[in-house]
Amino acid sequence: MTPHLVLRVVSKLLIPLIVVFGLYVHFHGDYSPGGGFQAGVIVAAAVILYALIFGIDSAKRAVPTWFVKFMAALGVLLFGGTGVASLILGANFLDYDVLHPDLAHHTGQHIGIILVELGVLSTVFSVMMAIFYAFAGRAPDIPEGEW
Amino acid sequence: MEFLASLIPPSLSAHAPAVIVVTPLLMAAVAALMPNGRLGWAVTLISTAFAALLALSLIVDVQSAGVISYAMGGWAPPAGIEFRIDALNAVLLLVIAALGLLSVIYALPSVADEIAEDRQALFYSAFLVCFAGLVGVAITGDAFNMFVFLEISSISTYVLVGMGASHDRRALTAAYNYLVLGTIGATFFVIGVGFLYMATGTLNMADMASRLPDLSDSRVVQAAFAFIIVGLGLKAAMFPLHLWLPNAYAYAPNFVTSFLASTATKVAFYTLVRFLFDVFWPEAPFVAVSFLWVFAILGIVGMIVASVQAVFQDDARRLLAFSSVAQVGYMMLGLGIGTAAGVSAGMLHLVNHAMMKGALFMALGAFAIRFGIRRISDLNGFAQSMPFTSIAFTIAGLSLVGVPMTVGFWSKWYLGVAALENGWWWAVAALILSSLIALAYVARMLAAIWVAEPHHDKAGAIAHARAPWLMLGPLWVLAIANIWFFFQPDFLVSLTNAAAEAALSGATR
Repeated sequence: MTPHLVLRVVSKLLIPLIVVFGLYVHFHGDYSPGGGFQAGVIVAAAVILYALIFGIDSAKRAVPTWFVKFMAALGVLLFGGTGVASLILGANFLDYDVLHPDLAHHTGQHIGIILVELGVLSTVFSVMMAIFYAFAGRAPDIPEGEW
Repeated sequence: MEFLASLIPPSLSAHAPAVIVVTPLLMAAVAALMPNGRLGWAVTLISTAFAALLALSLIVDVQSAGVISYAMGGWAPPAGIEFRIDALNAVLLLVIAALGLLSVIYALPSVADEIAEDRQALFYSAFLVCFAGLVGVAITGDAFNMFVFLEISSISTYVLVGMGASHDRRALTAAYNYLVLGTIGATFFVIGVGFLYMATGTLNMADMASRLPDLSDSRVVQAAFAFIIVGLGLKAAMFPLHLWLPNAYAYAPNFVTSFLASTATKVAFYTLVRFLFDVFWPEAPFVAVSFLWVFAILGIVGMIVASVQAVFQDDARRLLAFSSVAQVGYMMLGLGIGTAAGVSAGMLHLVNHAMMKGALFMALGAFAIRFGIRRISDLNGFAQSMPFTSIAFTIAGLSLVGVPMTVGFWSKWYLGVAALENGWWWAVAALILSSLIALAYVARMLAAIWVAEPHHDKAGAIAHARAPWLMLGPLWVLAIANIWFFFQPDFLVSLTNAAAEAALSGATR
């Protein structure tokens, strides 16, 4: 039997729920409080919990550092790309109205906000992870006996 | 210039205000993903060159249209964020874009020498973010947006300065000091903007300006003014608030120093002009008092004290950094004169100082890459070791003193004329005194380079080296610009006169 059985089982149960909750917060961002920033922090918290229970090495196997770097840049590009898309469609930068013809329901604004928030989610999640890895990678691992 | 600007198609130039900020910002993300420093540099070079083209196209448009206003996201100002370009910030855009492009060309050999290979792409990424932030500060017409861009540029600057740690660990404390003071400055600025928002209910600077004259008795507005001046003064390294600057410039990587010295404090100075003349108005009693008692007096104290401090430095880059503080004093004096001629002279010195300090720091970087020098005594006999770099350094150094045949002369000439028009003979006396002290510290370096006995290698021969072409090119472009604009000052003077006019006409709006 491995030690910390309760912690392991409970966190394995919780982590998927935390991620789903993060996405829930994200997709409510355009109607209600929430959005990409909070969602990014929540999703990152799930991975950080995983790293705390199963060790930094297995967390780095699940979410490698190259992936973190890639997603951080991708988020910025997604955010800016939404603006560039509206530029190409002939409106001002970040004018989401052109993204969808249904102006009565502001569908274009919804699409634009969700895309932009997706970019924020990706970058915030990645930067949280990068900061965590940077700090966690410096300290020596806690020996088993000291838990 | 018109030809280069015409390379931008009209469909793009209509969106140039947004694209000039967005391109470096997005390319920063692309640069971060590049596998090595060379590709990161290529991305950086392309995006800064593109931004420079856009800046030219914007200047041409401003000269014909007067004011360009761009509504972000299609939300019309004053509710939405407005990017607003007039003759005042068009000059700034030109300075940032031109100096940014030149320092990026210079960067490749310099960064390859100073930054670890696996960090170079990220380093260029941080530079692009800084570049985007500076352009953003210059271009935005929204006070809170200005704070955001100021922080974007500052935070990436802390990173860039800290990257000097691979050569000298003191870069870390310098960056940390800068971080603490820069954050205090940003906080003061945002508190001031918050007060203004409370008093006027708007964040758009043009809209604020139209509402503020009715509120000149309001304590909130007066407190906002004080907070904003202190906050921006910290960012601009105005004399008693300059403590972060010498170490940050001395220990940052060479490329970062030459870029920052020619752009970062300039942008902060521009924001001061914008707030003093455009958002607030010079006739307000609390603004009028600040011209003489804050900007002129502190400017003069700064340009004398910092120059004297520069004379006693051993580290070549620290010497130039203290000289930068003194030069900010000249600009502040121009601002403090408060007339169109004064502001124009301040702006002219801003442009000229970008050219001379850019060249001086680039030359020091070229010395450093071949011989690893830092101290002035290490410069002994460099006229024989690295003649091309030494000549360019000498030209820029003489320009810093204000010797005729160099552009620095015009800065001081116009400043002196503007001060005399106000009857400020003491300002002219201070100007001359400070120039003499500048002569002393520049002479110290030039004497080491030209007169002192050169270094000999083991065989007794003089060590020879040539800086890489990519470093010599931008260095000489700036050195020649220093001479060229002495003989052709009309271009710069007309730009800065238009800038001063734009700044002062905002006051009567």
